[in-house]
Amino acid sequence: MFNKLFKSSKATFEAFNVFYLAFLLGGAFYALNAFHTYMDAYEKVILFGSVGFFSWLGWKWNHFKKSMILVFVISLLSIYLYQGDLANNEQIFLLKYLIASQSAIMWMNVFFVLALLLYWLGLLTKNNLTDNIASTFTFIAVMFGFIGLLVRWYESYLMGLDIGHIPISNLYEVFVLFCLITSLLYLFYEERFNTKKLGAFVLIVINAAVGFILWYTFDRHADGVQPLVPALQSYWMKIHVPANFIGYGSFALAAMVSVAYLFSGKKILSSYLPKLVVLDDLIYKSIAIGFIFFTIATILGAIWAAEAWGGYWTWDPKETWALIVWLNYAAWLHYRIVKGLRGTILAWWALIGLVITTFAFLGVNMFLSGLHSYGEL
Amino acid sequence: MSFAVSMLVFLGIASIMGTVLKQNEPYESYIIKLGQFWFVYFENIGLYDVYHSIWFLIILLFLVLSTTLCIIKSTPAILKDFSVFKDSLEEKSLLSFTHHFVIKNKKDVSTSKVLQYLKQSKYKIKDKLKENGDFLIVAKKGDYQPIGYILTHIGVVIICIGGLLDGNLIFKAQELLGYKKIETLDIPASKVPEVSRLNVSNTSFRANMTLAEGSSDKVAYVREKDGYLVQELPFKITLKDFRIYHYSTGMPKSFESDIVISDPDLPQDITKTISVNHPFTYKGIAIYQSDFQDGGTKLNIKLQHLFNSNSTRNIDGRIFDKVKLDKDQITYEFNDFRKFNILNLKKGEKEKPRNVGPSVTYKVRNSSGQAREYLSYQYAMPIEGRSFFISGMRETPQEEFKYLKIPADAKGSIDEFMLFKDALQNKILIESVAKKMANQSASGADKNSNVQESFETSVNKLMTLFAQGGFSNIAQNIDKNIPASEKEKAVQTYLKIIDIASSEIYKAKLNVADKDLNETRILFIQDALNAYSDLFFYGVPYYFDLISYEQKEASGLQLTKSPGQFWVYLGSLSLVLGIFSMIYLHERKLWLLIKAKGGVIVALSSNRQNIDFENDFKKLIQEIKKIIQ
Ligand code: HEM
Repeated sequence: MFNKLFKSSKATFEAFNVFYLAFLLGGAFYALNAFHTYMDAYEKVILFGSVGFFSWLGWKWNHFKKSMILVFVISLLSIYLYQGDLANNEQIFLLKYLIASQSAIMWMNVFFVLALLLYWLGLLTKNNLTDNIASTFTFIAVMFGFIGLLVRWYESYLMGLDIGHIPISNLYEVFVLFCLITSLLYLFYEERFNTKKLGAFVLIVINAAVGFILWYTFDRHADGVQPLVPALQSYWMKIHVPANFIGYGSFALAAMVSVAYLFSGKKILSSYLPKLVVLDDLIYKSIAIGFIFFTIATILGAIWAAEAWGGYWTWDPKETWALIVWLNYAAWLHYRIVKGLRGTILAWWALIGLVITTFAFLGVNMFLSGLHSYGEL
Repeated sequence: MSFAVSMLVFLGIASIMGTVLKQNEPYESYIIKLGQFWFVYFENIGLYDVYHSIWFLIILLFLVLSTTLCIIKSTPAILKDFSVFKDSLEEKSLLSFTHHFVIKNKKDVSTSKVLQYLKQSKYKIKDKLKENGDFLIVAKKGDYQPIGYILTHIGVVIICIGGLLDGNLIFKAQELLGYKKIETLDIPASKVPEVSRLNVSNTSFRANMTLAEGSSDKVAYVREKDGYLVQELPFKITLKDFRIYHYSTGMPKSFESDIVISDPDLPQDITKTISVNHPFTYKGIAIYQSDFQDGGTKLNIKLQHLFNSNSTRNIDGRIFDKVKLDKDQITYEFNDFRKFNILNLKKGEKEKPRNVGPSVTYKVRNSSGQAREYLSYQYAMPIEGRSFFISGMRETPQEEFKYLKIPADAKGSIDEFMLFKDALQNKILIESVAKKMANQSASGADKNSNVQESFETSVNKLMTLFAQGGFSNIAQNIDKNIPASEKEKAVQTYLKIIDIASSEIYKAKLNVADKDLNETRILFIQDALNAYSDLFFYGVPYYFDLISYEQKEASGLQLTKSPGQFWVYLGSLSLVLGIFSMIYLHERKLWLLIKAKGGVIVALSSNRQNIDFENDFKKLIQEIKKIIQ
């Protein structure tokens, strides 16, 4: 989309980075100034920690930086249009049809579906232009998703000062988060490895999540903002949940690349797809990223549990399944690193890993009961 | 499969077992679920508390042991490799590297440029002029990566040890040796014998205590298998106040307890407020807000007799107490009081749950000891546009409640129903209504006194039957007395007569004129007739009308002492650092030999063979060639 837009000299690149950092810092200081009475020390650390994280990501990845600026500007526009009155999301055209949170998330869904179709078209026709459009659509979907979440954050405060909270606290919200993180991880690798052919596979799992969001919205009407139960009212949620979803997203990405690997290994589509060694390397890298974030998330979860339930590890089903997921990927990494094993077995294993992860993420909520209080179906 | 992998997989499978069967339930529920035969068998292999069973501990110990051995085995070599630069390699061994390249016959190589390039690429460098005049540069980077291996596995070991510290190993051993025993009887803490007490010096525990507002205690309870142990505390805790805050939607927003800690070691008591996510730690014991229950709320109840309004009476009760009604040979046992009940009254629709006010759960036990459980709400609640007093009844805890729905009158009270129900049971009123109806039906064409009389008798009989047993009594009567072919018609006629008769009774009793019998009142009569019929299945002859209450709450606290927590966190830190360095640092060793006779040999090695390494090698060839040529 913006590919050619900003690719100029190193100096402008530097200047742009500085601008981006200043932009984020400005936002953070504004938030600090306006809301510091509502934040505890940890939340201030998290605020500036996220400035650090987002500028680091932006510094590494130019497209991300540009999209983030757009996302923030559009979200601010949406907030401005609200004028502090929730009823405006029915009254103001732009909000109602484009950038109120639920509309933005619907647009995200639309663009993900289109991206999936285009990626397959591009794969089967070997048409690079189609690939590029698909990739751009994915980026647009991500931007709509982020706008949706940010605006939702604001909307939740319009519903009541004590109701407002970060939108990662129920299944609807975390499914959006999952879509965003998985696509971002994919888009990052797409650029690094210069291959747009894997989108056809990765977008499948993202569209599965989109399907869930649609079902959850239209059949269960569960897309509304709910106040937080006491156990969830903690700054830990703000880091535990995103870290977990970077883990889930990476594992999902690894599994979908594994599908491509298995197809390619069977000589299906193999002339269309990147070389096996590249796929293999991508599976490893993605699991490695997922593993470290998942480890951190699980540890943060334990620290949080120690604070909320009085024990860092209570063998609650959700915790136990997190451990099982962790053990599974630890075993995978041993195989890969210690034995130097490559190829089909590990690809199958990464795919099974996604099944285990999905069970830990959804199945536990559906079939097992425990302390984890959010995400009942 | 390698040993490490099989152990990880084995631990994973063992962990799954504990999530399939719900852990640490009361033993009765396992007996119900599994049956007596399997119950014993499953208990023996510890399936009700998998994660504290002997075999699970053994798996963990095995894991710790083998990982420790692995660390001990590899650490010396890793540390040695970390501290030295291998500068003794000869030309021949460099040439045997899989990744090496040679630039032939090149003389006067600028070593400073090469060194500068390597420094820029973040290599640590050592150089050495050999005796034969050759110049050898040894360089490495990412050498913390193998250290990561040590950190990771030490982390795992420390976490496991921390976890074991917080487990109940000591108690397990004491129990095995017969020093300690689990108490299974429901007796006051002070009566629990020494074998089931854990004293103040116990290093790790997870215990619970429930304090009613205004009360205090010095002991907590540790749940174990089908019983408990009494944990003595080094201080006394008093609950001053317990509060629940609600969102405007009625959902609970926070639970808070004001507690006072009294300790002889302290000059002054400590007063603290704890809430979910905000525990308080004193003397290594963390005190958490975990749950809440009733602490003995006082109730004032009007027991409205359903069949004899003279027997209606008021009683005073208290949650956890009993009241015996000698006359009826029944006992009321009050179990729980809830001030707020958030219910979703319109199922399936996009309707917000709402607060329907206080409720009481209680049991009514008869003289032979059998009890039914009841749930009564204080206020009427709106259902399908009308308003009802709801009371649930069930015979066993496994069943769902069956609900009695008594319609509320225009003022939102139950009084009108009570009057109406009295009227339905009033023989004189029934007779006069029957007479009136008979008169009306005959006032038209012919006056046949026989027909009129028999009509009057049947109305009388029908309403008496209804008064004595509701619709089901009438159904029984029809089944008994009327041939099958005419049943349908009889039902129709009877229902119509009951309808008219009850409207008449209603009007007479409540002084309502004909023109005032509107839609609302007709619906009320219908609902009241249905409710009246259900009274005969309610199981107790009283309607439970909660007049007032004086709430007293109790807070559920959890107390934990966990010396292993520090180690678990330390181990986690080590684990994260270790995994990070193992995955993100790329270990590279590089040798660059500049021969006195001319020519350069470069060799690159890594402990991982992958694309990144190949790419690094390709880049290295390019760059070195550029510099040297
Ligand atoms: C519960 C967690 C873990 C356990 C019980 C464990 C256990 C072991 C054991 C027993 C070995 C040596 C025996 C063998 O080679 O078969 C080993 C080696 C190894 N482990 Fe782990 N490990 C754990 C976690 C991890 C993690 C999270 C990673 C990396 C991400 C890792 C990476 C390695 C590596 C690279 C080796 C090979 C070292 C060598 O070549 O000597 N381990 N592990």
